[in-house]
Amino acid sequence: MSATSAAPSLGGVRPAARGRPNVWTVYRWELTKLRYQKRTYLGLGAAAIVPILFVLAIHFQHHRHGGDFAFSSYLDRSGLAVPLVILLFGAIWLFPLITALVAGDIVASEDHNGTLKTVLTRSLERHQIFLGKALTAATYAVAAILLDGTIAVGAGIVVSGFHSLQSLSGTIVSAPKALELVYVSLLIYLIPILTIVAIGLMLSVITRNSAAAVVGTLMISLLFQLIGILPGLGGTVPYLLSTQFNAWQGFLRTPTDWAPIVRAVWVCALYAIPAFGAAYIVFLRRDVAGG
Amino acid sequence: MTSAPTVEAGGATTEAPPLEVRGLVKRYGELVAVGGVDVTVNAGDVYGYLGPNGAGKTTSLRMMLGLIRPTEGTVRVFGSDPQETVRALKGVAGFVEAPTFYPYLTGRRNLELLAAFDGGDAASRIGEALDAVELAERAGDRVGGYSHGMRQRLGIAAALLRDPRLLLLDEPTTGLDPGGMRDMRVLIQRLAAQGITIVLSSHLLAEVEEVCNRVAIVRKGRIVYEGEIADLKRAAGMTYRLATTNHERALAVCRAQPGVSDVRERGGEISLVAEERAVAELSQALVEAGALITALAPQRATLEELFFSLTEEGAGEAPALDAEPVEAGR
Repeated sequence: MSATSAAPSLGGVRPAARGRPNVWTVYRWELTKLRYQKRTYLGLGAAAIVPILFVLAIHFQHHRHGGDFAFSSYLDRSGLAVPLVILLFGAIWLFPLITALVAGDIVASEDHNGTLKTVLTRSLERHQIFLGKALTAATYAVAAILLDGTIAVGAGIVVSGFHSLQSLSGTIVSAPKALELVYVSLLIYLIPILTIVAIGLMLSVITRNSAAAVVGTLMISLLFQLIGILPGLGGTVPYLLSTQFNAWQGFLRTPTDWAPIVRAVWVCALYAIPAFGAAYIVFLRRDVAGG
Repeated sequence: MTSAPTVEAGGATTEAPPLEVRGLVKRYGELVAVGGVDVTVNAGDVYGYLGPNGAGKTTSLRMMLGLIRPTEGTVRVFGSDPQETVRALKGVAGFVEAPTFYPYLTGRRNLELLAAFDGGDAASRIGEALDAVELAERAGDRVGGYSHGMRQRLGIAAALLRDPRLLLLDEPTTGLDPGGMRDMRVLIQRLAAQGITIVLSSHLLAEVEEVCNRVAIVRKGRIVYEGEIADLKRAAGMTYRLATTNHERALAVCRAQPGVSDVRERGGEISLVAEERAVAELSQALVEAGALITALAPQRATLEELFFSLTEEGAGEAPALDAEPVEAGR
């Protein structure tokens, strides 16, 4: 930098002013930032590769042990069973972890690195920045689930074919209808996943520490599962967050069992709304002194 | 540059100053980080906010930018409260501590993001802002690979995107090499010449003395002087360097002599502050005490000496000024 450099002239002729920035401005740039961060690909990569590894593992285990794996016979009949089995297993830690990777990091890392104070002194209100980040975290979680489901469908079809599926009620569902049910199940699965997003955001805002928020979110998810298996706490099971990860199974019954789905909506709302509200209020009111 | 908005005061229309801080307090539990600061920065000022590390400068700047909430007091930026809405910061830019950017994005991409967050025509200023800080050639590199000096310059470029009328800069030359510090000072002076009001937080006294016309000196979260540097120097009296044949006795005489203040030992000599008449009386007292004068030379007090006299433990309050009352210990 030399002393002769010209600073931008002030008060000169400027192009016509464009609109004010808003939540969508934040959302677009948050998505752009995700594209440049390793953790984005770590989570999406896990979501993509797990179904492939799962199918390979099932395939070889089946041949080695003569089909003694708990779901192997189900899986052999139709590749469309693969995404559903992964939804079962993924609820334990895989999907909560993938979700927490971004939701837990999206505020805390900016706080830690000091970039939060940079963006908070521009022309966006705090609530706009928060909502843009929340939308981004939710988008990432949705993308991860849909990516995982789609790859699981593809990998399952390659291994076991595109065949009809036996529902949990024992009735046979045609392959196209089963495919539709798989994607509806994925959408229902997003209800508890978005609750995890809210919890991750809350921990991200409150702890101001990315690692603590990511691990904390996963721990909370695991804690619900632990409560579900503790003796004497059986009465709480229908109202645990972990239970709501199985709500999609209502669609795999004939006729559709809406009870677990409806319960998932309001139970998840009971967890998500306070978590999201706490994150929102703390983000709006907090001192930004880090970085 | 647009003019500051006007506010109605007692029926008369007056132009709101770029920055007006009243009774600003920030407490963290028992710790008082800022203990009642009053500052008025007028349009066109290059205002030095001086204090040793831990004096509360950065905390004050954070409150001025709306990043943290004051425990008590008010901040008005062009008449608006940045705590209420970020729109109060229209025409205001700057950075607190080191400017921070996304290390995985390029310099230009960072500016594009910030311009998008500013809205309006900020994006159209990216090129000229990069030119102004001579980063255009490295704008395509990731910020993670930038040196500290380059990040400081990118911080200035990011501030310029907002077409600022008020710049708040926290230690802008910290970590720069001497050449970088000089260039930063020149850039600040050039921006000031364009009519931008600048608040410069610093503990580098030479920098403030070279660049600023007014200062606030902060000690332990309180302002011990606010006003023109020239007034401070004038009111502080002349500093003298004294050498005698009996150093210890001379020290005792100086400390006891009315009208003589800030007596210090400096490398076998004595420095003191006194008016002309008091010096004449001191000379006589020294001779009578048997401490014969070998040297008595007047020296213009530097801002550094004034700064230390106001901020060191046991220091008194600012000297009384004719032109502007001392605002101490508020």
